[in-house]
Amino acid sequence: MAPKAYARSLFTRTNAIFAAILAIGLPTLAYRFWKGMGAVSNLSQTNPWGIWVAFDIVCGVALAAGGYTVAAAVYLFGQKQFRPVLRPAILTGFLGYLFVVVGLMVDLGQPWRLPYQFFLTPGTTAVMYEVGWCVFLYLMVLALEFLPAALEWLGMTKVRRFMSAISIGIIVLGVTLSTLHQSSLGAFFLMSPGKLHPLWYSPFLPIFFFVSSIAAGIGMVIFESSVSHRAFQDQLDPEAHVDMDALQLGLAKGGAVVLFAYFFVRLQGLVASGRYDLLLTGWGAWYALEMLGFVLLPSLLFAFAVRTQSAKLARAAGVMTVLGVVLNRFNVSLIAFNWNVPDRYVPALGEIIISITIVTLGVLVFRWIVNRMPVLHEHPEWRGAH
Amino acid sequence: MNLNRRNLLKIAGAAGAGAALTGGALASATTRGAAKNAAGVLVDTTRCVGCRACEAACSEANGLAAPEKAGDDTVFAARRRTGPTSFTVVNKSAEKSPAGEERYAKTQCMHCVTPACASGCVVKALEKTALGPVVYHEDRCLGCRYCMIACPFGVPKYEYTKAAPLVRKCTFCAARQEKGLPPACTDACPSGALTFGKRADLLEEAKTRIYQNPTKYVHEIYGEDEAGGTSWLYISDVPSASLTLPQDIVKKSYPEMADGALSAVPFIVTLWPPLLMGLYTFSKRRDDVAGHENSPKGAGHE
Ligand code: SF4
Ligand code: SF4
Repeated sequence: MAPKAYARSLFTRTNAIFAAILAIGLPTLAYRFWKGMGAVSNLSQTNPWGIWVAFDIVCGVALAAGGYTVAAAVYLFGQKQFRPVLRPAILTGFLGYLFVVVGLMVDLGQPWRLPYQFFLTPGTTAVMYEVGWCVFLYLMVLALEFLPAALEWLGMTKVRRFMSAISIGIIVLGVTLSTLHQSSLGAFFLMSPGKLHPLWYSPFLPIFFFVSSIAAGIGMVIFESSVSHRAFQDQLDPEAHVDMDALQLGLAKGGAVVLFAYFFVRLQGLVASGRYDLLLTGWGAWYALEMLGFVLLPSLLFAFAVRTQSAKLARAAGVMTVLGVVLNRFNVSLIAFNWNVPDRYVPALGEIIISITIVTLGVLVFRWIVNRMPVLHEHPEWRGAH
Repeated sequence: MNLNRRNLLKIAGAAGAGAALTGGALASATTRGAAKNAAGVLVDTTRCVGCRACEAACSEANGLAAPEKAGDDTVFAARRRTGPTSFTVVNKSAEKSPAGEERYAKTQCMHCVTPACASGCVVKALEKTALGPVVYHEDRCLGCRYCMIACPFGVPKYEYTKAAPLVRKCTFCAARQEKGLPPACTDACPSGALTFGKRADLLEEAKTRIYQNPTKYVHEIYGEDEAGGTSWLYISDVPSASLTLPQDIVKKSYPEMADGALSAVPFIVTLWPPLLMGLYTFSKRRDDVAGHENSPKGAGHE
């Protein structure tokens, strides 16, 4: 495309929205680093973690779980039918984590000291130490997992072939690292038994977080594949026709099982705590909404979708699953945290703007890559290759 | 617990990779928990007169601005909390003593025996020293504020308005203690409400005072078991709840609550890779067999 025509093609309604977000967001971001985080946020002495942690980091990591979930399904469980969504899932995972790190930089008081935890004074007793290493290593693993797409795009055949040879090792490493940090994210809150509401506090938090991250991964892949399918029509493979409905129904089958298992372990957590009395309070109603409306219901909807072969229903359940995991992460890290403290935290406009800006940047990079590299379609010379 | 952990580490060591991630668990066993003769303070609120001399001395020793409304008793109207520029505050008790006297209690960092803040800090910016204080290395802190999430007493405070903010809290006058001096607040207290000494001795002292005046004191030593024990101990003739001392503190070591999750790490690191590789071989073989039976290899299944 000629530069002029290319420039003209950029003037679309979506781009106008993106531009508007960045026009407000980037200066807000600059302001945060200039004046300190207190200038743009409602963070306080009683509520030191706000949506930058709850959404950008705790939710972000869970929502980027599609990469390891699909990689495990395709490579380790031999579910080859999910191959068409593998690359987009890995790319979403990679960018998801990349922007989790960006979110972390915004939330840290002195982000330039981030390397200290790896080299200078590693706090080896800290849960965060383990999460830090895992996220750092997994980011590299995801980059390696995505590398074949970039190499095909660049036409680097030899390296590309080498990558295929070591791919299984990388996948195994990626799943192991994900298991560790997805669960450890829940372990952040193990030391807050008095602060986190008893209906959400549990010594099993790491297990809850791990199981629900798989559900989040499945939900995100369903959601993301249907959005991509619509938004990137021109990128889809004309030759290898992919039956997206069948694929999503396959994912729905997994979703039904995982969500049901998750519902069950959460119930076991409730039984172990024995705090049934709290179910009759307002917090109990909120807990019931999360558990019934955003765990059990999507699980049943997934099952129903598979039985009736309704991909539409599967997509709806996928969206509910994603919302449910977001709701859970918000409850644990924000809403039911400090539940008995009078001063509630409500995010400031500046915090929301910055979070939206980070997500927008992620979407823009995703779009840039998908429009160039073989992500949604296979590279003609590498058809059927791993 | 320790034996367990050592065994786990052996397994992890065998795997090699695990050791790097879990070496910390072993280190924690030694850095966690202070020495037997670590320092402490006994706060006997029956002797506190609410003069706030401790507040003033604290601010001076730490180079902070003088306390708000020094010498003005109207500060007791509202409950105060410590902040980035006030490391200790005195509050009036909600309840009067049985004899009808006002009761006061200062609050500050409790300098836990096994501090949640220190064990959770990813850069060891908070550290329990052998002498007793939980000190802060401001040149390491990332500002993740996890210490604020982990501290059961809500102690660490943050400088939200600075471009390079720090965590601020009571230091137990660690620098003074190293020189053999008592903490500034205990030195300044005119009424003998604050006794500085070895925690173990103070625990005995507290028990003796209660034992000798069984009708006067509430039979509770706040800090004996709270969060696994704290360097600061409180006794009173009113319940600790009315002294604004937090009540939802679990009576065991907080870092131990995260131990389960941390000790699972070596298991996952050693067991997952072989298990997953096994899964892969299994599903690949199943594929190969299926491939032989119907479709030509490489085409995959649709
Ligand atoms: S009271 Fe809080 S800040 Fe002080 S040592 Fe204990 S956990 Fe750390
Ligand atoms: S805010 Fe600083 S002292 Fe507190 S846990 Fe984070 S790095 Fe450690």
